[in-house]
Amino acid sequence: MSAVLLIARRELQGYLRTMTGWIIAAAVLLIDGLLFNAFAMDGQRRSAEVLTRFFYFASGPTMVAAIFLSMRLLAEERQLGTLDLLYSSPVRDREIVLGKFVSALAFLTGLTLLTLYMPLLIGVHGRVSLGHLFAGYLGLTLLGAASLALGTLGSSLARNQVVAAILGAAILVSLLLAWLLSGATEPPFSKLLSAIALHNAHFPPFQSGQIHLRDVVYYLAVTWAALFATTRVLEARRWR
Amino acid sequence: MIQVEQLSKYYGARAAIRNLSFRIESGEVVGFLGLNGAGKTTTLRILGGALLPTSGTVKLDGQDLATAPRAVRGRIGFLPETPPLYEEMTVGEYLAFVARLRGLPAERTGARVVESEERVGLRPLHDEPIATLSHGFRQRVGVAQALVHDPEVLLLDEPANGLDPVQNMEMRALIRSLRGDHTVLVSSHILPEIAQTCDRLLVVRDGELVAQGSETELEERLGLGAGVELEVGGPAEAVAIALRRLEGVRSVTLHPASAGRTLLKVDADDALRPQISRAAVAAGAELYRLDVSTDRLESLFLRLTGRRGTA
Repeated sequence: MSAVLLIARRELQGYLRTMTGWIIAAAVLLIDGLLFNAFAMDGQRRSAEVLTRFFYFASGPTMVAAIFLSMRLLAEERQLGTLDLLYSSPVRDREIVLGKFVSALAFLTGLTLLTLYMPLLIGVHGRVSLGHLFAGYLGLTLLGAASLALGTLGSSLARNQVVAAILGAAILVSLLLAWLLSGATEPPFSKLLSAIALHNAHFPPFQSGQIHLRDVVYYLAVTWAALFATTRVLEARRWR
Repeated sequence: MIQVEQLSKYYGARAAIRNLSFRIESGEVVGFLGLNGAGKTTTLRILGGALLPTSGTVKLDGQDLATAPRAVRGRIGFLPETPPLYEEMTVGEYLAFVARLRGLPAERTGARVVESEERVGLRPLHDEPIATLSHGFRQRVGVAQALVHDPEVLLLDEPANGLDPVQNMEMRALIRSLRGDHTVLVSSHILPEIAQTCDRLLVVRDGELVAQGSETELEERLGLGAGVELEVGGPAEAVAIALRRLEGVRSVTLHPASAGRTLLKVDADDALRPQISRAAVAAGAELYRLDVSTDRLESLFLRLTGRRGTA
């Protein structure tokens, strides 16, 4: 088994054996359900519209869950002194980061798939397109992956998990709010800011069932950049 | 063989260690002695591959830690100052994880976990979650994780930290049992603790290596005789004068003892005990006790680490 999978498996056990993982999962499912009931199912709507609203409302809890899931990844290792175990083992720093990220992504993806009962409920009285369903869940996974990567970066910068969550959230919210800033600036900055906005520019196509390559590339690029930066932070820590 | 040359670590302008150079032969058990903050942990973290030095080299059988970091790290077992434990895992799961992480093939892992558990006396706790273990057992899990992949080199940072006297004795016996199979560098700030365990001592003070050698060699180099103590009744001053006249006696100090007796601390080789006892009796003293000085290790430590003894 590669070092990445080894670290990922241990980390995933950590989520499943401590209360934190279960509490985050329960809270996200509860909030998703409430939002679905209150905002997606209200009034008379077409099935596709209900599904679009479901994905839109599920994206918020996904981002919040990503921050809470990732805050412990590296901060906790530093806090408990277990980072020295990883540092003194014959593994690369990028394998440590990737292993941590993969475990959190697996947990978040599993958690996201548990919301599948809601779209299936739409199918009871209406029609659900499988393509729409796939696009929506792909969007949630990509958004979740990017948010997790940003949270992991926050976690690498702090020793304390609360500070890690605050840092991760600050980076994530800055990217979210880039579209607001884009309205207040002149080109070319307005175009740049709207292009890097985490949600507004890239998530809506997924929620309405469309997959654009540029949106996929955008989320993968954010994920890669954040994980790359995390690896650099980890390498730099070897000097301290 | 571990070869450390001109190793330095600076945090800004402050040097945690400065130009440290030493060699440890294969199979040797070496003690790394110094007060808290002398640079022991920094050195061990660098040797373990967890921290990068500002300058200098660390080589394991000629293989450089800087140019082949993963190959060297795979041959080392490191117990940091705080054992790096994942509380939610059981002892067995944790040791298997560490073994695999350090590059042990899956087919050897099970057997090695059992072996390392047996070596540190953890076998009955194989299925016990680490979160429920006492401090002493956690320390043992820490040693077991350093041993589990059967490394050539073991780096143990204060393994006896916070252990009770019985656990302390067991830890010393464990470290002694590693001699020959592993090259061991064990740090401590308590001299008697590692003097009994190690073949040789490296003494650090303020980040610099100030002495190295066996306990006896260090004593000789510092001109410390073992020292003799005697408890006498009667004319203690006269005894002191008589003892000072003996050849080989460097100094005699008097200290009040219980029941009106006097304790005389004689700075002299312990081979002079017969002459000392005869001289004391001849001077009219009642001799109650005569012993090799118990605080010699303490004074050796204080001299080496830079604090002057007061005894």
